[in-house]
Parts: sequence; structure tokens; C-alpha cells
Amino acid sequence: MSIAADKRSGRKIPFWRDERALNAAAQIISAVIILGMLYWMARNFSEISKQRGMSLSYGFLSEPAGFPISESSIPYDPTMSFGRAFLVGLINTLNVSVLGIILATILGFIVGLARLSSNWLVSRIALAFIELHRNIPLLVLLFIWYFAVFNRLPSVKESITLPGPIYMNLRGLYLSWPRLTETGNIFLIFVVAGIILALASWGILRRIREKSGRETYYFPASFGILVLIPLIGWFVAGGMPLWIDTPTLQGFNYRGGLRLTTEFGAMLIGLTTYTAAFIAEVIRAGIQAVQRGQIEAAKAIGLKNPQVLSLVVIPQAMRVIIPPLISQYLNLTKNSSLALAIGYQELFAVGKITINQAGRAVPVFLMVMATYLALSLLTSWVLNNYNRRIQFVER
Amino acid sequence: MAAHTEILSAPNPPGLLTWIRKNLFSNWFNSLLTLVSLVIIYFGTISVFSWVFVTADWRPVTGFPLLYLVGQYPRDQLWRPGLGLWLITLLIGMSWGVWEKFVKAFAIFLGILLGVLGFAPVVTPTITVAVRAAFIIGALLIYMGYLIGRRDGIKGQYVVTLWVVLSALLVLVVLPGFDGNPILPRVETTAWGGLMITLLLAVGGIVLSFPIGVLLALGRRSSLPVVKISSILFIEIIRGVPLITILFMFSIILALFLPAESRIDRVLRALMGIIVFSAAYTAENVRGGLQAVPQGQVEAAKALGLNNFQVTTFIVLPQALRMVIPVTVGQFISLFKDTTLVVIVGINDLLGIGKSVLNTDPEFVRLQAEVYIFIALVFWMFSYFMSYASMQLEKSLGMGER
Repeated sequence: MSIAADKRSGRKIPFWRDERALNAAAQIISAVIILGMLYWMARNFSEISKQRGMSLSYGFLSEPAGFPISESSIPYDPTMSFGRAFLVGLINTLNVSVLGIILATILGFIVGLARLSSNWLVSRIALAFIELHRNIPLLVLLFIWYFAVFNRLPSVKESITLPGPIYMNLRGLYLSWPRLTETGNIFLIFVVAGIILALASWGILRRIREKSGRETYYFPASFGILVLIPLIGWFVAGGMPLWIDTPTLQGFNYRGGLRLTTEFGAMLIGLTTYTAAFIAEVIRAGIQAVQRGQIEAAKAIGLKNPQVLSLVVIPQAMRVIIPPLISQYLNLTKNSSLALAIGYQELFAVGKITINQAGRAVPVFLMVMATYLALSLLTSWVLNNYNRRIQFVER
Repeated sequence: MAAHTEILSAPNPPGLLTWIRKNLFSNWFNSLLTLVSLVIIYFGTISVFSWVFVTADWRPVTGFPLLYLVGQYPRDQLWRPGLGLWLITLLIGMSWGVWEKFVKAFAIFLGILLGVLGFAPVVTPTITVAVRAAFIIGALLIYMGYLIGRRDGIKGQYVVTLWVVLSALLVLVVLPGFDGNPILPRVETTAWGGLMITLLLAVGGIVLSFPIGVLLALGRRSSLPVVKISSILFIEIIRGVPLITILFMFSIILALFLPAESRIDRVLRALMGIIVFSAAYTAENVRGGLQAVPQGQVEAAKALGLNNFQVTTFIVLPQALRMVIPVTVGQFISLFKDTTLVVIVGINDLLGIGKSVLNTDPEFVRLQAEVYIFIALVFWMFSYFMSYASMQLEKSLGMGER
């Protein structure tokens, strides 16, 4: 009997057959189950924490941490607070993730294009690279890079010297690195101004060209600005604004230059190659999704091969590539937590030491989880916005 | 007439030289790439070969075959994992017989692997004739299962039932045993290890997470706000954090939220973490399948008078789940690789055994490369053949599309 018939006959629907009542009941029951479970866990927790004298407060963050962190981009020593240590860990995570994302994208693009190469041999080598990395757990790859490669580097005395000069030894990688002198700040202002002006002129001139159809030479113009303004800054600063900090052997160690630890190196290379294999497959799928007719049409109107790739194939492929690429970036960021296993002290590793030192498992843990969640949401928000902009607008 | 046949005759099939010119030396850039690749391949192969056969010291790999397979499982109770191996090989063989090509590649791979293990020229006291015989019988059982599975009377659902019953029996009864039982004495999970526990965590994770994932996917599409919001929260939080934090949560934090006297087994805690992690990803896969079921199906079912529950269980889910099989196989492969993370919470899976073998002998300290490359090879073989099987599956499901 239908509801309409019930209504016509003037009878009220019994509540156990009324959809609204049933829905409400289902909601209440599920809410009670979920809340009940949370309440039960909270009660257990309060009991255990009373026994062991634990607390949920975050006051410990300002207490001295008391443990060293082997590498840090901001000044840190064990007398500083747990909060500072946490920040150091977060910056280490960001360092390895951002660098890893950039390098994995470049390598992934190269391998993906190589996979599609008309050269049989190149395509097979790319396939071997992809299959090798996709079928081995990242943790095992990291162990191989760290224990079997980076830990086998020679001692400081017998460092491997690469042009640059770059020195590689058991203690890390030492690179020559430009550093600012006293007049450097003036130069830096000019560099930033140059970048901003170059971007602005690129955008404006490009829009003018699109609107009017006149060639505005936006690329050479903005590139010129990008070079010229820092060059003016160089002379305005008077004297050398930069000096090259070269690592030199002093006693038993290298001093100066930029030092990357072996842990960081292994982590970066492992994450990069692993993710690049997945990105290569994403790129390949995206490019293959571009219809052949598009390429033929582009060639027919006289575009050269690089132009076909950059003006026709890649813009269309990007629409297919971006969504899975976002999830690869997220994976890379989350996978950086494996650094714990090889001793690179990022967010999770610092969190784990903090738990041992401060004995506040739950607050620290919530902080670590919330930070990863925030990183994930932030990355996907930024990239989803970009994705929305480039998606094909149906006309 | 003669002129026509001349025109119509097929061109000669391209010879080897033509193929080489077309694929390797079509222009100067391609030729350069080919030469560079050849140089890379030449030096790569030479250095790999000289390392594998000359430099490398494989003692930490060949010396402990049983440790890599079953961990510290008591050596006088080895017949229990052996029985498990036989049951599973028989079932894999039967699955091969029933579903033919999906399982074929993997079954043949496993058979060859067992054969190789059976006849491997490894001389250690732990590999007795009995152990070798177990491998060889396992390989034979795959073929026997295949012969059984091919018979007309054997249906897919029988094999599935057998899988469920026998694996439950194996994991809950045969492997752990009972306290004080003379035939099946208790073997604590701390003694389980190696490839056995890796496979157990991966298979257990994917199988047990599947129903939870389906419920979460349905919950996410529910019209009830409470159910919907809690499902979304669960899925997105789990997907937003690394697996290692979830494993850590279950191995350390969970105990703080349970009654003080409760003790959950360490392996079980890791498995729970893996299930929760995998369920969130399964939910998203299943949601994709649910969205792909045409709305007309739901409307038609409702027009027939089915209620919401019946529409979901009899109309929507069967169609949706069929579509998510290939993705689920892919998820299984990545979960199989991800199980290595349990080594961080102190479980002796394949990787954990590798680490502990390196610590057994001071001579092994510098032999990490050998051990980890061996482990990488094991994972590679399993994942590669599973992904090969999943490609076959995808192809055949695609053909069966209505």
C-alpha cells in the first residue's frame, strides 16, 4: 500500500513505516553508537592517565627538549623547547617533500616521455625503470639507498670529488653554495623585484597579445627584465654581493659550503626515484589520452615537433595528468614519514622522540596527525584550485 | 588481372634490418639515443653481473632460508606452516582451474618458485629433505588443484567457500594452536615472521578491510547526515595521514583508550592498523564503483517495489563491486608493499628478518646490499606477477562489458 493511498484513506502511517521516523531513528542510533564508543574510550583514557599521571596539556611544548637533531635549517640545540624541535622536524619534512616533489616531477616527466619515445631501446629502459621501482616497497628502496649506497661512501680523507666542487663521503655531501655578503641585502631586494616585475610583465603582455592579436614578445621582454634588474642591483650594491662558500678540508672534516647529510640524500633520492616511476606512468597515460588527430592537425597547420608538444599535446594532457599527479604529491609528502627508519629526523621522527622524552603520547600524536592532515589538505587545496583553472571549459 | 594481383599483394613483412632502422636509427637524434642507451646497458649489465657473481657475499641470504620464510616459528612445529603452504597451493591451483587466465600467471610463477626452492643448491642444516619435499609437493599440488578445478562440477563459489573456510582454519587454529594442546601447542605470534607474516598481513588486511570499506562507501553516500559526516571524517582523516602514523597509533596509543587490563596481540594490533588504513582506500574505490552504476538501475529497482536495503544489496552493490575488482587488486599490491612498514613497530616481517639476520654475525655488518636487494627481489617478483594477473583481469572484464 502506497503512502498516497494511506493519505487518501485518512489513516496515519504507523511510525515504523514512516520514512522520516525511520531515518531519524537510524541517525539517533548511529550517533549513540559513535558517541558511546568515543565516551567509552575517553573514560578508559582518563582512568589510565590518572593511574600513570599523564595529562593532555600542551604545556610541555615550552619545556627544554633535551635531545639533539642532526640537521636543522633553523638554529636549534637541545636546550631549546619541544615546540622548537617540532618546528625543526616540520621544516625537515617540508624540505625533503618540496625538493622531492620538484625532482620527482622532472624525472617523472623525462621517464614518461622516454617511455613514449619512438626509440625502442629508450622506451624499454624507461619501462625497466618504472617496473623496477613500482614493484618494490619504498622502505626497502630507502634501506638500499641508505645502508647499501650512502653508508658505503668512503671516509672523509678519501672523499669522492665531483666537479663543482662537490665532495661525497660518509659524513654527507658538501656542495659549494653562494652566500650573501654585507651588501647582499640590497642585491636581494633587486632580485625579488626583478622576479615580481618579470612575472607581472609576462602576464600583462601575454594578455595584451591574446586580446589584440599583436605580437608583444612577452617571453624575451620578461626574460630581459628578469636578468636586467638583478644586474643593476649587482652594481648598485657596490662590490661583491655574493661569495661562493666552498667546502675545504680542515683537519678531519670539511668546513664551509652546504652540507647535506647522507640520511637526507638517501631519503631524497629514494623518494624521488620511487615517486618518479609513478609520475612517469601518469604522464604517459595523460599524453596517450590526447587524440592522435590533434597531433596530426597541429602538424598539418605547420607547427614544428617541439611546438606540437608544448602548444597542443601538453596543455591537453595536463587536464588528465593533474588529478593523479596531485595524489602522487600527497603520497610523497606522506611517504616522507618513512625517514624515521633511516634516521632522517623529520616531523614523525621528532614526534616519536618527543613522546619518549616528554611522555605525552596522546597530545604529541594528535599534533603529528593534525600536521600531516593540514599538509595534505593544503597541498590538495592549492593543486585542486590549479586543476579547476586548467580544466577544459565546455562551450 | 595480372596487374591487379601485383598491386594487391601484401608488402613484404619488415625484416630485422628495417625494424632496427625504423625503431633505433630513424634520425640522428634517435641514433644518438640508441648509442647512449647501448653504452648504459652494456656497463649496467657488466657491473650488475660482476657484483652478483663475484663481489657479492650471499651468505646472509642463503644461510637462513627458513628464517626468511617463517621467522622464528618453532622448528619442531614446521609441519603447520607446511600444511598451510599445501592448502594454499591446492587452492591456488583450483582457482587457476576455475578462473583460468587471471590466476594462471601467478600460479605458474608460484609453482616454478616452489620448484626452484625445492631443488635449490643451498646447503644449510635447516633445509632438510622434508622441507624440500614440502616445496616440491606444494608445486605438484598447484597442478593437482588445477586438474580438479578444471572439472565441470567445480564452481567458483565452492572454491571461494573453501578459501574462506580453510584460511580461517589455518590462521585461527593451525598456526596459533592452543594452550596445553599436545598436537597443536600454542605458538605466540612473536615467533611468527618472514614472508609468512608479510603475506598474512597483506591478505588479511585486504580481505577484512573490504566489508568495512563497502560500509564506509555506502555511509558516505547516505542521506543521513550523521552517518555521512562520520564516514567522510573517517575516510578523509585516514587518507590524509601516513600509514606509519596509523600503525603507531594502533601499536602504542590504542592501549591508552582501552580498559587497563586488556591486552591485544602485537601482530593483531598491526593488522588492525592495516585494516583501518586499507578500509579508507577501499571505501573510495567502492564509491567510484557505486557512482558508475547508472541511476536508471536504482529507479527501475524501486519501481519494482524493492526497498532501499534490497536496492542496495541486490541491484547496486553487485554491479558496483564487479567494477572495482581491478582497482582492488591494484590496492592489494600496494598494501602488500606497504606491509613492510610493520618493521617500524617491531614485527619481524620479511624486511625485519633481513635486519635481524644482519645483526646475527659481525661478518655480515657490511652485507646490507645483498640482504636488502634479495628482499627487494622477492617483493618485486610477487608484485610483478600480481600486477600482471590484474592486467589480464582488467582486459577480460573490459571485454565482458555489456
